[in-house]
Amino acid sequence: MSEISEQELSEYRSEAAAWFAENTEAEPGFMLPLTFMEVGTDQQFNFLRDWQNKVYEAGYLGANWPKEYGGGGLDQKFQNIATEEMAKANGPIMLNAIGLNWAGPLILDMGTEDERKRYIKGILSAEDIWCQGFSEPENGSDLGNAQTKAVRDGDDWVLNGSKIWTTQGNFAKYMILLARTNPDAPNKYAGLSFFLSPMQVEGVETVPIRKLTGEYGFTQTFFTDARIPGDSLMGKEGEGWLVAMRTLEYERGVKGGQPGGYVMRASDPMEIVDLARKATRGGKPALEDPVIKDKLVQLMIEARGLQLHGKRGHIQPLVQDKPASLALSSKLVATELSRRIYEFAMTLQGQRGAYYVGEPDAYDEGLWQRGYLNSFSATIGGGTSQIQRNIIGEHVLGLPKS
Amino acid sequence: MSKRATIGFSEEQAQLLEVATTFCRDKSPVEKVRSLLSDDRGYDEAIWTEMAELGWLAIAVPEEFGGIGLGLAEVVPVVEQMGRTLMAGPFVGTTLAAQAVLVGGTDEQKQKYLADLCAGKKAALALSEPHGDWDLTHVECKAERAGDSLKLSGRKTFVENAEAADLLLVSVSLEGAPALVIIDRGALPDGALRRETVIDETRRSYQVTLDGVEVSSAALLDPAKSIEALTHLDLCASLLLSAEMCGGAASCIDYTVDYLQTRKQFGKKIGSYQALKHPIVDAHVGYEQARSHLYCAAFNFTQQGEGEVATRMAKSQAGDALSYAADRAIQFHGGFGFTYDCDAQLYRRRSLWCENQHGDAAYHRSKLAGLLL
Repeated sequence: MSEISEQELSEYRSEAAAWFAENTEAEPGFMLPLTFMEVGTDQQFNFLRDWQNKVYEAGYLGANWPKEYGGGGLDQKFQNIATEEMAKANGPIMLNAIGLNWAGPLILDMGTEDERKRYIKGILSAEDIWCQGFSEPENGSDLGNAQTKAVRDGDDWVLNGSKIWTTQGNFAKYMILLARTNPDAPNKYAGLSFFLSPMQVEGVETVPIRKLTGEYGFTQTFFTDARIPGDSLMGKEGEGWLVAMRTLEYERGVKGGQPGGYVMRASDPMEIVDLARKATRGGKPALEDPVIKDKLVQLMIEARGLQLHGKRGHIQPLVQDKPASLALSSKLVATELSRRIYEFAMTLQGQRGAYYVGEPDAYDEGLWQRGYLNSFSATIGGGTSQIQRNIIGEHVLGLPKS
Repeated sequence: MSKRATIGFSEEQAQLLEVATTFCRDKSPVEKVRSLLSDDRGYDEAIWTEMAELGWLAIAVPEEFGGIGLGLAEVVPVVEQMGRTLMAGPFVGTTLAAQAVLVGGTDEQKQKYLADLCAGKKAALALSEPHGDWDLTHVECKAERAGDSLKLSGRKTFVENAEAADLLLVSVSLEGAPALVIIDRGALPDGALRRETVIDETRRSYQVTLDGVEVSSAALLDPAKSIEALTHLDLCASLLLSAEMCGGAASCIDYTVDYLQTRKQFGKKIGSYQALKHPIVDAHVGYEQARSHLYCAAFNFTQQGEGEVATRMAKSQAGDALSYAADRAIQFHGGFGFTYDCDAQLYRRRSLWCENQHGDAAYHRSKLAGLLL
């Protein structure tokens, strides 16, 4: 690829900034989800699907993905700029998170030519919503023990079992599915296969799960003799664990190659500063309380540290001691920090911290309360923080397995 | 914080990091560190000479004064690696004294001192006093004019390497305002130094009694710049302490992980127990945060405003990171951790020293609150 000039990049930035300024609709008249795991109503879903499609059509999503599959065919730098401008304009999140960040990069990385042609464009345009079928009611952190069965029958596979925490399961057209194709394999991992599985077939039923917030966003998916085509299998039979592990590398941000945008609003402690001005302590703004200031600054330090990791990660001499460290720890650090930011935002509200969404006197319409409860989806999903610590301990520090 | 913080890393930083990593590892194995604990001087004069020959003392001094003409950003990887190997000695004090002369000295003083400091003359900082206040402008020691000389009085504390130093940079109160003087150690009368007993046994710290010391008024740094020089010194020292603590945290974690990988109890390596694994991961994650802040501070150090914010964040985060890592290092070594032979105590003592010089984590957060909120 030829060298990209600074001028080219800065022109692209101006265009993107202008486009987002023109097209971003931040307040459509109803509360927008802060993360892709909070899409609870058709109204939210339709709005976000249209928004993602609009961004894609304008060329600001998947600019870095190959042209022949529906991407923009540009250097990663362009997409990074577009994503930054999207954030500056405070644009809504990208809806099709599983497709964009897990399934899409995986298919580009390990999929066949046919799979890339068939799936990538629909992922970018939000025409095809994707969900993930990894966790099961009895097998959460112990993913390798998944028991949902896929049995070959003629040209088809027949699915039986159940998956849980299926984000956007009720909206999805496809699922990345980890299922057991050989119960007699020499070990639990060898019996697993990976599928790009259609959702809209007979025998697949999704039942909404009511979250701790009282809202919806996840489903449980039941498979009852559901028939899916033979070519839904991705990779080889029995290699599902390998594909699933690669998927998790994308999910946890260890591997790059995502098409840009964001699927969660970053929590910026500066947003709490305004809240700390409004809330009171002893007749004065809470922001004047030294203890509150101290905690706020601590969160700002941590948020900035996380942001700096992104920069340091590209400076080879500063990461060579433990090369996987920053990437493997980012999920843990980011999600735990986010949870603590929301928690702190509630505690500084005084008595009014006990209000909730729907109460007209709640600060910021109860955003912080809802955000706190929802933040656990990220500290639990994709490998709990406790599992993340095992991963870091074992793969970065070289400690023995637990 | 709407402005996004950045890190850059220069070619020179990369080279110095590489050279310093090897140098410090070779010259300061832990056996050497331990042998120096009971040494009067506390550091190896031959290694000091080698560091001077490598040009490390000249890194952040402009070429016109005999230096290499880089900045403190390039000193950071060197001090980080010294911290990693628990090295001690007058390197930081000498580097900082040169910075003070650069910022607050007269032209004559720059000509007179900087080339010597680059070449290996040692300097010590005498900025602290018995009141223990971190505010360097809180100065009670006095200088009084007597004709063409200055009569000094009062007592300075935590003067590192005062015995070995050729020069002392001393803060005093002159006509009601803080001022800095640079004096030959030879100007101190016999008995002016008393070695302090400090928690970090790798360090040599002294009290200096100034009573009866009389120096030429040529020793006075530019009084119009003394506040600026003290503020600058404070930030420079905070930056280099952050580097030292980051390096210390890295090796303290490695040391503990090594034990967790080998020590067995109940038939299992103790590192397999999550009660030990998860906190050491937290220590590691804290260290990584501190290191990102450190190199952000190094990169932005000369930027007005941003340099101070980044440096205070780095000091705060590095202090918390090393303290936690070293505290857990003692605990996770079990009974051995309670012994003098276990290196965990070296790190914990080091962290307590560094935390208590130039402001602890909470102190810097309170300063940051003023800057950011």
